[in-house]
Amino acid sequence: MTVKEIFETMDYGPAPESAADALAWLVDQGARFGHFINGEFTSPADGFDSKNPANGETLATLSQASQDDVDGAVAAARKAQGKWAALGGAGRARYIYAIARLMQKHARLFAVLETLDNGKPIRESRDIDVPLAQRHFYYHAGMAQLMESELPDREALGVCGQIIPWNFPLLMLAWKVAPAIAMGNTVVLKPAEYTSLTALLFADICRQAGLPKGVVNIVTGDGAVGEMIVNADVDKIAFTGSTAVGRKIREATAGSGKALTLELGGKSPYIVFDDADIDSAIEGLVDAIWFNQGQVCCAGSRLLVQEGIADRFHDKLRARMDKLRVGNPLDKCIDVGAIVDPVQLNTISEMVAANTAGKVHQARVDMPEGGCFYPPTLVEGLAPSDALMQEEIFGPVLVSTTFRTPGEAVELANNTRYGLAATVWTENVNLALDIAPKLVAGVVWVNATNLFDAAAGFGGTRESGFGREGGWEGLSAYTKPKTKTKPLEKLIGFAGEGAPVDAVDRTAKLYIGGKQARPDGGYSKAVYGKSGALLGHVGLGNRKDVRNAVEAAAGAKSWSKTTGHLRAQILYYIGENLSARAAEFADRIDAMTGKKSGADEVEASIQRLFTAAAWADKYDGQAHGVPIRGVALAMKEAVGVIGAVCADEAPLLGLVSVMAPAMAMGNRVVLAASETYPLAATDFYQVLDTSDVPAGVVNILTGSHAELAAPMASHLNLDAVWSFSSTDLSAEIEKASAGNLKRTWVNNATAMDWSTDQTRRFLEAGTEVKNIWIPYGE
Amino acid sequence: MESQIAEHTAQLPQVGEPRNPGMELDLDWALGVEANTSAIERRCATLPGRRSVKKDYQAAWLLKAITLIDLTTLSGDDTAGRVRRLCAKARQPVRADLLKALDMGPITTGAVCVYHDMIETAVSALDGSGIPVAAVSTGFPGGLSPFHLRLAEIEESVKASAKEIDIVISRRHVLSGNWQALYDEMKAFREACGDAHVKAILATGELGTLRNVARASLICMMAGADFIKTSTGKESVNATLPVSLVMIRAIRDYHERTGYRVGYKPAGGISKAKDALVYLSLMKDELGDRWLQPDLFRFGASSLLGDIERQLEHHVTGAYSAGYRHALA
Repeated sequence: MTVKEIFETMDYGPAPESAADALAWLVDQGARFGHFINGEFTSPADGFDSKNPANGETLATLSQASQDDVDGAVAAARKAQGKWAALGGAGRARYIYAIARLMQKHARLFAVLETLDNGKPIRESRDIDVPLAQRHFYYHAGMAQLMESELPDREALGVCGQIIPWNFPLLMLAWKVAPAIAMGNTVVLKPAEYTSLTALLFADICRQAGLPKGVVNIVTGDGAVGEMIVNADVDKIAFTGSTAVGRKIREATAGSGKALTLELGGKSPYIVFDDADIDSAIEGLVDAIWFNQGQVCCAGSRLLVQEGIADRFHDKLRARMDKLRVGNPLDKCIDVGAIVDPVQLNTISEMVAANTAGKVHQARVDMPEGGCFYPPTLVEGLAPSDALMQEEIFGPVLVSTTFRTPGEAVELANNTRYGLAATVWTENVNLALDIAPKLVAGVVWVNATNLFDAAAGFGGTRESGFGREGGWEGLSAYTKPKTKTKPLEKLIGFAGEGAPVDAVDRTAKLYIGGKQARPDGGYSKAVYGKSGALLGHVGLGNRKDVRNAVEAAAGAKSWSKTTGHLRAQILYYIGENLSARAAEFADRIDAMTGKKSGADEVEASIQRLFTAAAWADKYDGQAHGVPIRGVALAMKEAVGVIGAVCADEAPLLGLVSVMAPAMAMGNRVVLAASETYPLAATDFYQVLDTSDVPAGVVNILTGSHAELAAPMASHLNLDAVWSFSSTDLSAEIEKASAGNLKRTWVNNATAMDWSTDQTRRFLEAGTEVKNIWIPYGE
Repeated sequence: MESQIAEHTAQLPQVGEPRNPGMELDLDWALGVEANTSAIERRCATLPGRRSVKKDYQAAWLLKAITLIDLTTLSGDDTAGRVRRLCAKARQPVRADLLKALDMGPITTGAVCVYHDMIETAVSALDGSGIPVAAVSTGFPGGLSPFHLRLAEIEESVKASAKEIDIVISRRHVLSGNWQALYDEMKAFREACGDAHVKAILATGELGTLRNVARASLICMMAGADFIKTSTGKESVNATLPVSLVMIRAIRDYHERTGYRVGYKPAGGISKAKDALVYLSLMKDELGDRWLQPDLFRFGASSLLGDIERQLEHHVTGAYSAGYRHALA
């Protein structure tokens, strides 16, 4: 078109970012890549092509890692780890700072390469992915610097295997690598096979930064390589990707003792109340579901609009969609780029095609010819029962429904197996701050969406995974407490044939929903003392008792909403009542264990109750310093309902040490008492009964740990399961927990030192950090 | 000759479009408007990264921007000579050789904007060019002179052949929530303008909040404004992208509800060619192409033209330009 013609039409023309430098870099590398192991690139081997999804052209040939490659990478990481950790935080900070600087110096090369490889608009890689990746390295250089002073009791995990997805190749690398190496770990990272190029450029940056050999190792390949890493001799697996694969990894690592964090899928609600700034809420949707072609785990993909404004909102939304520009990702004037691969494009197309419900609007925009493109799509008027309302599409497809009241909005929002992110639009601060804590999600954005920063943790609940990346809360994913572990042997109780010690028979029952309950199975077992005297009988709980206990705990929801002050008062009261019966409990413990430690154990238990009470109103969240005019409130929320298999060796202290901090944080618990010495726990429910503990908050089961742990671990309405049993149930529990990806804490057959106060660990495990982003300004 | 007039007067909104007749004051609507500052700022901050026009497209867009400029002088030391010079520049805003290189016919600025006393000079200097003269009025910039005198000022300016009247609203009506008074005032101004079209200057830098900007925008349109305009250029904060976004979203809503297109004029502080391109993108994306013509969009600017001329020369020659190579306004 001539200038004169454009003057009339006022069209946007092409505004391509040059690919020349990035393509030249690829040529310089021979357009064939090996792996980055022990500070060097290996020779390219057989593998696969990495393609530009916008035009199908091959960018480079990558190597498929073999078992030897993975072993070599892990060995290099293992060898480097001790020295890297010993270098100290300040020493590590310098390298990480250098990496951040170098990434900044090569920012445009990273951005263009990312767009070529992934298909995301250059605006996004240039203005969002690459700056955020740098920011993570800067931020964690600071965390390395502060580690010794601020985390004196924590140390590195060791070697971390990290597997990242294709939707934010460099950014996910940064989220994984920066905190890991800051805390003194070394890593073996596998980028997604569609998008490995920026990881390889990053490897080159590590070399330029003089990073010690073996600290960062990068191997390329498909899911088979991921499996090799999961099964390798690593101390931790960090995975970002689909819930299906996350579940497999949970099963594969079960019982291995490997730490695990998973950042998985989502179907995040995007709630618009009738008092919202509607135009801004619509613009927010562009950043929610048409950001990165909707291939974003936390994409606001489920629109919930208040009924009164729904028609107008959807009209405006359709008009906005028709203004989106879809096209060449390297064009600086487009909004929506290419879908990462024909396979993904196919998945999206098929899911939308299979839907027959609602009203579909596809943006009336010029679509590029050829390449992997899908038009921005809205499916309006769906019901929660429609598949597209529940299933993650991972494409530029928004689904919507309406609600009547704030309560209904929360109900609809939480009607999902996922719990990654949520967005709330309202001009009413009361409403926003009321709704945000009620949404089941790791991140909530108020009047904004898809805000990220290294200072604020990101991660999910439910089947969106566990662990946080970013912020202080993210560091626990790459550190462990400095404790020496001792093996824990299976503890066998005494046998006997003696006469009962009680003159009148006492019947210990299960304690469910604030009531004593006979075991469903109708079986009991005898408990004998050292001399063979019969101390009493306890019921053998079974899966139905677990079911009943979880139901009671689930029903005691209001406990989580009580104030810390109230929970403290009740915990103190339990301590007070236990103290009044201290001698009796001490005798009981001594009778069961045949030792003289009962008095100390009771005293320590009272201390744990007081400590938990003390923390109940003091385990504060944080206001993170994120780079916006606003705050990110890191709120510590109760995990929910926790099932815990309690220690055998410390019949009262083991139970109280778990129960008290969990209660203090607002959790409800289902406790399997010491299998060997169960009578302290059954005595204890009488203390609970007299201490104003609301029904269902604490439930106590007795019986075989193995029998009770299995239905707990697989129960889909339990949010976490812990085991400190002397029966090593770690593998079974972790494997079965994959069903709803509940949080697990198992002892891997190692002993806890119950005599030292470890309340903080329980507080941490009993809470999840929810980051609520609240931009402000009038 | 007739066709030439039609072409020139097409810069006036009432020619290409039915003129906004206004409507009853609808306070439910106006007061129900929300404007979330952070979200609006985010949209504006990312827009320049989302939209880019290059090469011939950029040249064409910059030429378009020139035709949208209300070339303005509003100084206490304005003289007839100064105004005539400005008008000459309005007639020939770009060097002929540059236009030729771009294969463009002659273009003019959208209008010339002056104080009342300079209308006569400007009208005669622009005679035959078709460029309308706009006059600032109603006790500009403070708008605090006696009400009857403000009306009389409009009438005088219309009588002196100003085709466009840029009025200032009483900020105190907005700040004290006296929306009825704002509506009545605007309606009276509009009536006083008669056939001349009226631009309502909201002085957004003095309205305190974006919500107030949104409300005042709607109420002025309800009272019959042909254009809404950000600022006098004399406030400490003048046209900004967030204020513009709020105002053009109000224009969009007004059009959706009434079918009438109201024009938009950001004024003050837009001095770079690049800024002008961002504003054009904002208009194109939020309101549509129809709002990229002089009857519905103007820049109130004095130094913008100079920067655009330099950019155009750079486009033509490939070398960065110097200010003295282009004729002074």
